[in-house]
Amino acid sequence: MTQNKKKVVIIDYQLGNLYSVRQACDTVGMNVLVSSNKEDILAADALILPGVGAFIEAMSNLSKLDLIDAIKSKVSSGAPLFGICLGLQLLFTKSEEFGSGNGLDLISGIIKRFPEKFDDRKIKVPHITWNQVYKLKNSWEETPLRDVINHEFMYFIHSYYVQPNNDKCILTNTNYDGIEFCSSITQNNIFATQFHPEKSADKGISIYKNWALINKLL
Amino acid sequence: MKTTRIIPRLDIKGPNLVKGIHLEGLRVLGKPADFAKYYYENGADELMFMDVVASLYERNSLHNIISETAKQKFIPITVGGGIRTISDIKEVLRVGADKVCLNTAVIKDSELIRTASRKFGSSTIVVAIEAIKEENGKYLAYTDNGREYTGIDVFEWAQKVDELGAGEIVITSVDNEGTGQGFDLDLISKISSLVSIPVIAHGGAGTKQHVVDLIKENTADAVMLSSLFHYQFIKENESKVSSKEGNVEFLKQKRNFHTFKPCSISDLKNTLVENKIECRI
Repeated sequence: MTQNKKKVVIIDYQLGNLYSVRQACDTVGMNVLVSSNKEDILAADALILPGVGAFIEAMSNLSKLDLIDAIKSKVSSGAPLFGICLGLQLLFTKSEEFGSGNGLDLISGIIKRFPEKFDDRKIKVPHITWNQVYKLKNSWEETPLRDVINHEFMYFIHSYYVQPNNDKCILTNTNYDGIEFCSSITQNNIFATQFHPEKSADKGISIYKNWALINKLL
Repeated sequence: MKTTRIIPRLDIKGPNLVKGIHLEGLRVLGKPADFAKYYYENGADELMFMDVVASLYERNSLHNIISETAKQKFIPITVGGGIRTISDIKEVLRVGADKVCLNTAVIKDSELIRTASRKFGSSTIVVAIEAIKEENGKYLAYTDNGREYTGIDVFEWAQKVDELGAGEIVITSVDNEGTGQGFDLDLISKISSLVSIPVIAHGGAGTKQHVVDLIKENTADAVMLSSLFHYQFIKENESKVSSKEGNVEFLKQKRNFHTFKPCSISDLKNTLVENKIECRI
């Protein structure tokens, strides 16, 4: 049966751990390949851009591996892309992490660091914990979040967050100790989360499942 | 919203889950996989595996435990014990860990914190600090389960760990660890006030109230617990001991320390919520 299934490539930019992303994909029955190879990416039906590591290092590795144009051309040709954590941030225009750097610029906006203080309170950074994701204007009905209930807990681990130039792409926000930030987005064939669905127990796995179902990857 | 994480800690020796007092005198409690499954289903926010012997020849057995856990348990897994180099970190991440916990290696070469956090992202690098209170009231950092003296001041070290780019600190009071007498609140609140990164409190919890007190009166961002949950698990389950290695008498007798009032994770979380402490239920 595997031969008939669409091929999903998990982009390996040779930084962190892709094990759990792979496990989540296997669990929901996707046909996945973990690859750093440009040809594999160009031949894929859908892409997952995972998220462990540092922004600058990630962009520099993507560049060294000559994957930047391949990812961009796949996305503009309409292939679904699922970004996770750093994989969400890489889609944006610019980041402040360890000095500034440019991203893939598929979504217009910037990446900001959490402040050290907010309302005279010390803010612990990274934001590492389970936190709630909640709706703004956009419905989740047609998105991978369709089985997630409003204010569900998801697992976060990050120091930076995205600030899209256009609110329209925002699917969820999250509030960390008073600071409200965008925790997932969708724009055309792109879906991306700041949290780690593959680390968010059953509800997180439902996001993988629904992303695969909506994009007819199973 | 600020949610307090509850992290069961599984000390591993070879194929077994063990537990000591003051990080020593290890007793075999059962199979790590049985405990991991129970904690996952019971609402653990993360799992921490600590290879307490960290001998090279037993490394594969730890890696198997991590891989098997990461295949089925979709929550974050941190692994510590015997991780010395960048390639050690890579290897542990490759077999399924999400974060690594470093102590001895970064005491010897603190620059490893910087290198590793640049390479893998700050949030992957957790530094464990084992603190022992000296007679003069000073807290000094130790390594190797509180055995090796370093002479390093705990508070200065915590600040340096933060500056070098670690993502989190696990602060263990070796004096209180395994005793069930409660956390060292002074130690933990001082560390937490000095650093800008999340602090995980470890060592001393014997009752749910100890955890409530810690969060209410302190600023710890997460709690790492073992005895409190392990003894509850043993009460509820017959876990087969997989080898004759180590001290299993404790387990056979199902004896409990009078200082402990074991509880399950969900039980603890309900109590926290009743006390207006946010956590994931």
